[in-house]
Amino acid sequence: MKENTPKDETGIFTKKVSRRNILKTAGVGGIGVAIGASGFGGLLTLSDQKAKGQTKDIVPFYGAHQAGITTEAQDNLYFASLEVTTDNRSELIQLFKDWTEAAAQMTAGDLIGEASLNTNMPPKDTGEAKELSPSNLTITFGVGPTLFSKDGKDRFGLKSKRPAELKDLPKFPLDALEEEWSGGDICIQACADDLQVAFHAVRNLVRIGRGKTIIHWAQTGFQRTKQADSQKTTPRNLFGFKDGTANPDKNNNSEMNEHVWVKADDGPDWLIGGSYMVVRRIQMYIEVWDRTILKEQENTFGRHRDSGAPLGMKNEFDSADLEAKDPNGNRIIPKDSHMSLSRGDGKAKILRRPYSYADGMDPKTGSFNAGLLFICFQRNPSKQFIPIQERLAKNDKLNEYIVHKGSAMFACLPGVKKGGYIGDSLFG
Amino acid sequence: MNLQINSKGEYNMKKAKATLAVLLSTSLLFGCTQKKEETKPADDNAKEASASKLDDVSTEYREYAIGEIEEFVNATEEFTTAVSSGDIEKAKEAYAPARMHYERAEPIAEVFGDLDPKIDARKGDVKDAEWGGYHRIEMGLWEENTTKGYEKYADQLMSDVNLLRAKVETVEVTPDLLITGAVDLLNEVSTSKVTGEEDRYSHTDLYDFVANVEGAEKIYELLTPALKEKDPKLAAEIQKRFDDVYGLLEKHKEGNGYISYTDLKESEVKELSQAIDALAEPLSQIGIVTEES
Repeated sequence: MKENTPKDETGIFTKKVSRRNILKTAGVGGIGVAIGASGFGGLLTLSDQKAKGQTKDIVPFYGAHQAGITTEAQDNLYFASLEVTTDNRSELIQLFKDWTEAAAQMTAGDLIGEASLNTNMPPKDTGEAKELSPSNLTITFGVGPTLFSKDGKDRFGLKSKRPAELKDLPKFPLDALEEEWSGGDICIQACADDLQVAFHAVRNLVRIGRGKTIIHWAQTGFQRTKQADSQKTTPRNLFGFKDGTANPDKNNNSEMNEHVWVKADDGPDWLIGGSYMVVRRIQMYIEVWDRTILKEQENTFGRHRDSGAPLGMKNEFDSADLEAKDPNGNRIIPKDSHMSLSRGDGKAKILRRPYSYADGMDPKTGSFNAGLLFICFQRNPSKQFIPIQERLAKNDKLNEYIVHKGSAMFACLPGVKKGGYIGDSLFG
Repeated sequence: MNLQINSKGEYNMKKAKATLAVLLSTSLLFGCTQKKEETKPADDNAKEASASKLDDVSTEYREYAIGEIEEFVNATEEFTTAVSSGDIEKAKEAYAPARMHYERAEPIAEVFGDLDPKIDARKGDVKDAEWGGYHRIEMGLWEENTTKGYEKYADQLMSDVNLLRAKVETVEVTPDLLITGAVDLLNEVSTSKVTGEEDRYSHTDLYDFVANVEGAEKIYELLTPALKEKDPKLAAEIQKRFDDVYGLLEKHKEGNGYISYTDLKESEVKELSQAIDALAEPLSQIGIVTEES
């Protein structure tokens, strides 16, 4: 009796396992009944993947917007910037479909694909997240300007769809950008409360993309864990300061619509509900900072280190009076402080979602190779990130202690509905 | 990287032994000069069952590997003679092409855990006092620029390679060996060739690199009919990735051979490495041919 197994037409994970193989493995009457009741795909899902029964730390993958943007920042990040190596449009579309399927499974805490019974093949899922909770995993996909055209070439018939806003950032003063930390055709941001879960996600997506994409650069990131800070206070950066206090309110839809989500008139329709993501890899001169006197440190940020309050104020969220002067007529918050320059006139706001990194030692200098993977989201980079960074790059006191080594911009695609795929509005 | 073919399951052992019996009788009749055609099993019968098809593949692969080892014997003879007679230029010329035969047949050659290090160990792999073989002589030729004092290594190498030729007759080739062997060949490339550690004095790593890829391709070719039946898309993808790798290697050709590994730019090494990964990933799925359908 020959079982007619449909070949792979829909995607790499939906391939049916032959009935005979399943029966052979199951081998018990009880499970045979279960097959009759639930179908084959269901059996494996049931027996192998849904045992955890945990749902409280799942962030839904499907929705109007991609998760991982307004989602409360998880403890860990694994970020990868990819280059597309295929020049075949339908291969690229298939890849986005496969990624969507895999991402939906992983964010739900499931293994990728169905359990295979063939020991002569590597398992579909690399396995290191098995038995781990979903850990609030979010996977956020973005596309860079070079996906649309590279060296003047329209790569996938997308050239005319590139939004004017999606382009390389201008070179800011003091930028020391390195190609190996910059740009990319596609980005994958995986955030989770467990680094192994986040890494697993990117690793498997890169594996699925093998032959069609390669890693251009990748970075892990961390911040204090929720476990260590149950009060969920503003995270401190590696200089020991609270930064990002003045973020727009993620729980306020109208603020998000105003500052983060791309609207109908902002550019091409395919990006409505998406957002522009700016990524900067900023190395911090830890050793230099550590020998800087406290007053100078506080003047650099414009905040008190202990409380996070604006200089001259008591509490972190006290409003800052940027014009306030001391009895000698000097500004209490220096004009060239990081806070003062970031704020500007206070109109342009970006949703910051940064993570610290620590990549061991710089072999050249013997110093720590550590810093901030600055990530922010916005509706319109040329009105939001770019003017802010121009002010900072020119005058920020903090520039003595940091250097921008990497830079990239991506359009984070709108969310996806069940049955659709990430990027369907762009390719459809 | 030793292939544990002897630890395979009972089922495969039986199949392999059956294959071996046929082969042994053939090789007894024809000795070492057997031609490929002579060991080829009759094509017309027993083609229906996929299991026996895979056995045929194993047989064909065994012939291929033995053929390569045989050429390896000849090429090693040329190489060692040059070393013994003090012809350093000829020895240098013969070195990399000779090794290619060994690298193509590596899944089989490495089965002999005692001989492989004697022939192919790099400095540090074994105790210095025991270190001989190709790479020992490579160091003499390129680092010290001499053949003097290396005659004894040449003699030993020749006798080890002859022993390999004799022993290879006993090897059991199973479908499992092929399936793991194909990817292992590429893993060899990923872990040692791509880093330029294999031929650290001569920098002829690209020859070994190419030979490993060719060895993997041979296995793929033999499994292609079975693979096309199971998953034609996968077969096409693997072929495309092989083409990509060869396309990149083509750029580094020089005369009849390849440029020095040290002449590769960092970005070119990365490009090759990523192309190998892109090939090895779908190739790792060829185990699908063992599925009953």
